[in-house]
Amino acid sequence: MMQLLYFAWVREMVGTDSETITLPADITTVAALLDWLATRSPGHAAALADRSRIRIAVDQGFATPATPLNNPREIAIFPPVTGG
Amino acid sequence: MIAARLQSEPFDSAIVQAALLAGRTDLGAAVAFTGLVRADEGLVALTLEHYPAMTLAQMQAIAADAAVRWPNTIGTIIHRHGRLLPGDSIVLVVTASPHRAHAFAAAQFLMDWLKTKAPFWKREEWADGTTRWVEAKGIDDAAAERW
Repeated sequence: MMQLLYFAWVREMVGTDSETITLPADITTVAALLDWLATRSPGHAAALADRSRIRIAVDQGFATPATPLNNPREIAIFPPVTGG
Repeated sequence: MIAARLQSEPFDSAIVQAALLAGRTDLGAAVAFTGLVRADEGLVALTLEHYPAMTLAQMQAIAADAAVRWPNTIGTIIHRHGRLLPGDSIVLVVTASPHRAHAFAAAQFLMDWLKTKAPFWKREEWADGTTRWVEAKGIDDAAAERW
């Protein structure tokens, strides 16, 4: 079991700020996770359609599409940051 | 040591700077930068969303990086979250060094990295009732990459 968190317009498009999932065994990278998540609902698909506009954190550290997933507890999906 | 704080409450930059400098006589330069909510035409409010489990840790990592690059520089960074109004302060960076070059450089580095590496997202509210998420700017990425 792991926690998915969504922020900003990704949260609005997916329609929830978090969900608990069981990661399929064949999902071993961030890129594969995004491909799989995009099939969960039209909201997920719309939010993840343009990967250049998506940023990922795995267990609260920034990740890339190639980052391997080794039993992560928490993955966050969000737009490029705009603080400051 | 550069301390990081994440809060919804306003801050007083003069008080933060005075606390940073208290008891120190070896510092020749202090820099204070405040980022504000600019009242662009029709802007009613700006809401700063953040990632509670990660944002402060990321701010502390940025502060620690600056402390390694400028070891003789001390500082405090404060970033607010929540709904802010035009004229409100959003972010404060205060640095102090024996000489001004390091205080200026560390302050600029801290702001450039806060803007591009700390998980905050700005949502604008407009007078016509619409809202809009602020888009990240390439110019901010370029500013962060020069360090």
